[in-house]
Amino acid sequence: MCGIVGLYLKNKDLQSQLGAMFAPMLIEMTDRGPDSAGFAIYRNPVKEDQTKFTLASDEAALDWKSLDGDMEKALKCDVQIDEQGDHAVVITDADAAAVRNWLARERPNVRIVGSGRAIEIFKQTGLPKQVSEQFKLAEAHGSHAIGHTRMATESAVTTAGSHPFATGLDVCLVHNGSLSNHNRLRRNLEREGIVFDTDNDTEVAAGFMTWKLQQGATLHEALEAGLGELDGFYTFCVGTAEGFAVVRDPIACKHAVMAETDDWVAMATEYRAIAHLPGADKSVIWEPEPTKVYTWGEARAHG
Amino acid sequence: MAEIDVAEVGVRGVNSTLHGLPEGTNETDWVILNPHGYHSIACGLDEHLNVAIKGHVGFYCGGMNQLAEISVEGHAGVGVAENMMSGTVRVSGNASESAGATAHGGLLVINGDASSRCGISMKGVDIVVGGSVGHMSAFMAQSGHLVVCGDAGDALGDSIYEAILFVRGKVASLGADCIEKDMTPEHIAKLTELLAAADIEADPSEFRRYGSARKLYNFDIDNIDAY
Repeated sequence: MCGIVGLYLKNKDLQSQLGAMFAPMLIEMTDRGPDSAGFAIYRNPVKEDQTKFTLASDEAALDWKSLDGDMEKALKCDVQIDEQGDHAVVITDADAAAVRNWLARERPNVRIVGSGRAIEIFKQTGLPKQVSEQFKLAEAHGSHAIGHTRMATESAVTTAGSHPFATGLDVCLVHNGSLSNHNRLRRNLEREGIVFDTDNDTEVAAGFMTWKLQQGATLHEALEAGLGELDGFYTFCVGTAEGFAVVRDPIACKHAVMAETDDWVAMATEYRAIAHLPGADKSVIWEPEPTKVYTWGEARAHG
Repeated sequence: MAEIDVAEVGVRGVNSTLHGLPEGTNETDWVILNPHGYHSIACGLDEHLNVAIKGHVGFYCGGMNQLAEISVEGHAGVGVAENMMSGTVRVSGNASESAGATAHGGLLVINGDASSRCGISMKGVDIVVGGSVGHMSAFMAQSGHLVVCGDAGDALGDSIYEAILFVRGKVASLGADCIEKDMTPEHIAKLTELLAAADIEADPSEFRRYGSARKLYNFDIDNIDAY
């Protein structure tokens, strides 16, 4: 099972309503994934010399303010922290690699959930409605969002095993399906220097994309390469700084439907997650074909 | 004509109303409003009802249908008319995967395209698709007819038994044990009848017929009466 959803706003006037439009999409997919939920939202891009990190900790009493002060002192940088539920969005002008090293050394219990200039990722165990409320999704402004409701099959129900998985700066992945060759692929990718936090199969797909993107592949090329290497069932939705991409495995038994109007493009595992969007009943609706990579964004139209 | 609004009574409210009608009821004409992509709308009907659904439906719409005439004015999700026994299900738009799966009888008409696995394991249903069908359509199809006015995707009729497939456009590839066969006058007559029943205009002489080579399953011609 699992449900995935994505929404890209073509009409910029709607950006203040992104969360209000997107939260019901996520919640409608509760039946498909009641174990955990998560979403990536693209908003408020930071300046060229800054990086935005989303951090999470399983320690309820984590002192984010002391993290702020300690990081500023250690890295001689400016740090702004915005606490959101048990996550925190950190904006800093420090070198991104230095931040990663410092966190790994000084705050080993803090996970980096996502990083980039616009992306913010929030995920948690529990029903999609609870997760949505915890992170105030319905109030969110932004340009686009992708989300996931998880029914766990391949690994434990944990926050770390929830989707989306970050695969690079401003890139993340949600997955409906299951991969059958993830253990071998994980070992191969670890030899290439990719680090994994969980036993989750989707994290391996994300790691594969990260590796391909690091090697200089475009997102499109990375997804095409995935079609050759990833064995299993999948519909993937990949969030990028500009928009999102969708690809399905050759058998395409993991459902997916897409809809487009002049104002927005949406994808979902089931149409009922799209039906409430304004103009959905008159939208162009179709099912993405197997092995075809669909991309949307500012830079390009679909196809 | 009675209206039922899914937004007011939910799917269960719609189905229990239709199921609760007494045998031979005079209340035969129903309109279902605001289907909202929900699943299992108008499933398990077993009376001579006319049910018009105004909008896109989710999975399994019209499943297990007997006798009822169901129309969807929109697109249909996965498994429309799955396991239908008799009656008619018509979809004005496209249908998702596994349309008419395992259906034993009746007529399924899809005016638009059908996705992958259309007619998978069909057991006697007649399916007429105005557009194209996706890959693995008529997979393990046992009996009945699949008419495709457009193209067919990869592996059409893989592991097919005795269903008869008519395709007007291109076939991307044939599945295991599925071969092209001659169009005889009796096939033209049957196809003409199916297109008329579906209310789809197409010239039967433009179609080609596909069916089982009968090499994959143990078929003995002496047992033909059993099929």
